[in-house]
Amino acid sequence: MADFRMPSLGADMEAGTLIKWLKQAGETVKRSDIIAEVDTDKGAIEIEVFEDGVIEEIVAQPGEKVPVGRTLARIRTAGIAPAPAPAPPREAAQVTAATAAGAPAGEPGPPSPRRAGAPPPAHVAASPAARRRATELGLDLRSIAGTGPHGAITLADVEGTAAAAAAPAPAPARQQAMRRAIASAMAKSKREIPHAYVTTTIDMFRAMAWLRAENERRSVGDRLLPAVLLLKAVATAVPDVPEVNGYWLEDRLQPTSTVHLGTAIALRGGGLISPAIHDVGQRDLGALMRGLADLVARARSGALRGSELTDATITVTNLGDQGVDGVLPIIYPPQVAIVGFGRIVERPWVVDGRIEPRPVLNASLSFDHRAVDGHRAGLFLASVDRRLQAPGVL
Amino acid sequence: MTEQDLRAIVRQALAKVAPETAAMEIEADGPLREEYDLDSMDFLNFIIGLHKATGVEIPETDYPRLGTLAGALAYLEERRGQA
Repeated sequence: MADFRMPSLGADMEAGTLIKWLKQAGETVKRSDIIAEVDTDKGAIEIEVFEDGVIEEIVAQPGEKVPVGRTLARIRTAGIAPAPAPAPPREAAQVTAATAAGAPAGEPGPPSPRRAGAPPPAHVAASPAARRRATELGLDLRSIAGTGPHGAITLADVEGTAAAAAAPAPAPARQQAMRRAIASAMAKSKREIPHAYVTTTIDMFRAMAWLRAENERRSVGDRLLPAVLLLKAVATAVPDVPEVNGYWLEDRLQPTSTVHLGTAIALRGGGLISPAIHDVGQRDLGALMRGLADLVARARSGALRGSELTDATITVTNLGDQGVDGVLPIIYPPQVAIVGFGRIVERPWVVDGRIEPRPVLNASLSFDHRAVDGHRAGLFLASVDRRLQAPGVL
Repeated sequence: MTEQDLRAIVRQALAKVAPETAAMEIEADGPLREEYDLDSMDFLNFIIGLHKATGVEIPETDYPRLGTLAGALAYLEERRGQA
């Protein structure tokens, strides 16, 4: 049996609110199936399962705020016999799901919906229809404010509570929460990580000429953005300086062999999110462009997957569209490096002893000096530059 | 396709990438990218939206001509006239 737990979707995340289950008890699931949606400070996130098996038991109910690491469901993995049928509900089973999942004894928590199937207590004034509906929805009548005669709970009160519990946070509240989450992560990063920086200016003449010619032969929907060349150049430069790719955990660098590029995406209305594009080095530019377009669309519509928020091994932020020349970004812990790009702009450039107008780009690498040395950081940016001088082989 | 139809197409393509513009008055000569904070992905999606709705092929070199509402309308009208 495996526990399907509330994942940590960032260094700053402490809990998430279960929005809904996409699979139910008894259903078969495969590794990487999306089985639940969770509301976090960064929006609604789809959560994947990491085992093949059958959902044995749903533990958390929609509307519940569940701390990171707590069990959401139990999954019977292949080769394990089903558990016996549950015993009839007992009084002891009426503890809130949060407590059942292991909350410290005596710790007060917010009102939490009851587990489905547990009968509501008889002493709360409620209409029979409200009682029936609360049981169907798995809600605790004691957590619902009654608006009927003498404070009795009506059917409308139950429906209203269920809807409010399942609804994502309203936009201003979400923005405040996201601001707090960003503040917490960035402050932690600057407090704990000894940042150091290297910068360079890259001649983009060849890359932009190649891109223009390439886009001429592509249809409108298949065209590439310069950002795609930059992402690919970063990913393919990693093997030259592998220590920029990985995590600082347990007081040591833990490099990873795959390159999942975190991509900082600004959200309309404020805030940002940095989901990962997986295996960037293995994708051709067309596939990478489609992946980037899909990721941006899903980041802005609140349909990211949990693994996309946890898997980034190094991040890229590109502020060229905002017209800035360059950026020295803050590292996302526990990663150890982040690459920053400014705008591609024409500047005077010396070519073979003559001054010519050339499109150039400021690139930077912010790195954790515990994991990476300045000399190696410089080699990394030089490798990115070299790759952009041969765009046809990216 | 009337000018009104084209205007509706441009507004719709813009609203798809910048939903808040659906209920706004759009200044004919205002630069769309700056006024509505469109990044290069948004602008590409705006162009793709215009292409899908009208069938007009829009080469990359013509993108600057579609930077305002008036420019986009004039461009689409001209290209449809050539078709």
